[in-house]
Amino acid sequence: MSADAATELRIVGFLCNWCSYGGADTAGVGRFQQPTDLRIIRVPCSGRIDPLFVVKSLVNGADGVLVSGCHPRDCHYSEGNFYARRRLEALKSFLPILGIDERRFEYTWVSASEGQKWKTVVEKFTERIHELGPARKINAEMLAEAKAMFATV
Amino acid sequence: MQYLDELKSKIKEKLPDLDVVIGWEQGFDPLRATPLFMRTEEDVDKLTWGPLCVHNLATYLTGLKGKKVGVVVKGCDSRSIIELLQEKLINREDITVFGLPCEGVISMKKVARAVGTLDYIEKVDVTTKGITVSAEGKDYDLPLTEVGADKCGRCQYHNALLSDVFIGDTIDDSAEDDYSDVTEFEAKPREERLNYWLAQMDRCLRCYACRNACPLCVCRDHCVAQSRDPHWMSQDDTVQSKWFFQMIHAMHLAGRCTECGECERSCPVGIPILLLRRKMNKQINELFDYKAGTKIDAKPPLMAFKVEEDNINERGW
Repeated sequence: MSADAATELRIVGFLCNWCSYGGADTAGVGRFQQPTDLRIIRVPCSGRIDPLFVVKSLVNGADGVLVSGCHPRDCHYSEGNFYARRRLEALKSFLPILGIDERRFEYTWVSASEGQKWKTVVEKFTERIHELGPARKINAEMLAEAKAMFATV
Repeated sequence: MQYLDELKSKIKEKLPDLDVVIGWEQGFDPLRATPLFMRTEEDVDKLTWGPLCVHNLATYLTGLKGKKVGVVVKGCDSRSIIELLQEKLINREDITVFGLPCEGVISMKKVARAVGTLDYIEKVDVTTKGITVSAEGKDYDLPLTEVGADKCGRCQYHNALLSDVFIGDTIDDSAEDDYSDVTEFEAKPREERLNYWLAQMDRCLRCYACRNACPLCVCRDHCVAQSRDPHWMSQDDTVQSKWFFQMIHAMHLAGRCTECGECERSCPVGIPILLLRRKMNKQINELFDYKAGTKIDAKPPLMAFKVEEDNINERGW
């Protein structure tokens, strides 16, 4: 739960161990001010990220999901992020039909030395999620509403 | 029906070299066909062929891996076989494909809607452009354009794309598939789309018929929907978990689904899940210029990559 429920939203970040996690660390060491809505989950490689991680987060109430890995060609495992790129792009274009706002999911590349870029990414993404506001939680009330809307189906 | 005798004789010819040949026979009533596993010549005599043969028999191939299997396929079914071969889930030398040209199959749901009941089907006559169903003393003339499955209306592959034995004449005219159903649905407001899926998924029983009927769902006992490790899905019957299962299914079929429509056909509560698959296929085609199950030597796009992608711009935000 967020430390400050009034101003914070819940954003999940999946970060590659070798670049983006390092990048976030660099940003921290450099003492850059950044929003605190993001909860970071460290994964060995962006290729480790199953698109379903993202989907599950979104379905179960995350307001936004950010995935970040090494720049293409810079993968610690040579080609993990190339596969990730295809999967994540496919996922991004799949979200609209589900009725999930595709702007709540974004993926990007940040290297370990790019502390400043990390700060920009986090700021921009957090700002975007705040503009969209909290995601609607799927609960009994919402379901009843949906069923009423499609009562004839 | 016209190719049935030729098909039977070809199967009989090949049968001695094969463990089993899969086709269709009449099911519990004249309207419904059911898969037939032919091991002897007498079995072959039960074979039927026509617009009532809806099942995609490629579903059985992965379960019979290692055996010499013959399979009778329509155009769409042959795509599933090609996809399975691409992914090396079956061996080409083990299977014998009996390909047929297909002008479309019947949607039982549409017949049920036209007839009002499917309880007492006395007789079904297959004519060239449709079927005549006799139920409760009444005859219903149902043209294929009315009761044909949706997928057949946009079929681009009437003839089996892959076959060892092709029976009959090839059909040339192919329909246009512009994915208009997908774009139409996507044009609706987001809230409506979300509500639509919630309302639909609320009916889901989690019977997994969609998964079991799918020729490309090959994980069998290791399906993430049931495994405890990793524990992806809880046993709650919340609408989130049901919906999430369909997302798992869609993601696992990304770039692999051949749109045979078995998932939707087998759904006992009629959830239009093919729409999700078609959306994914549309995007895969736009991003990677790839249609599942059309080229035997192609690589599924999510199992490959290009260093410089043609259609992905990830630097733009």
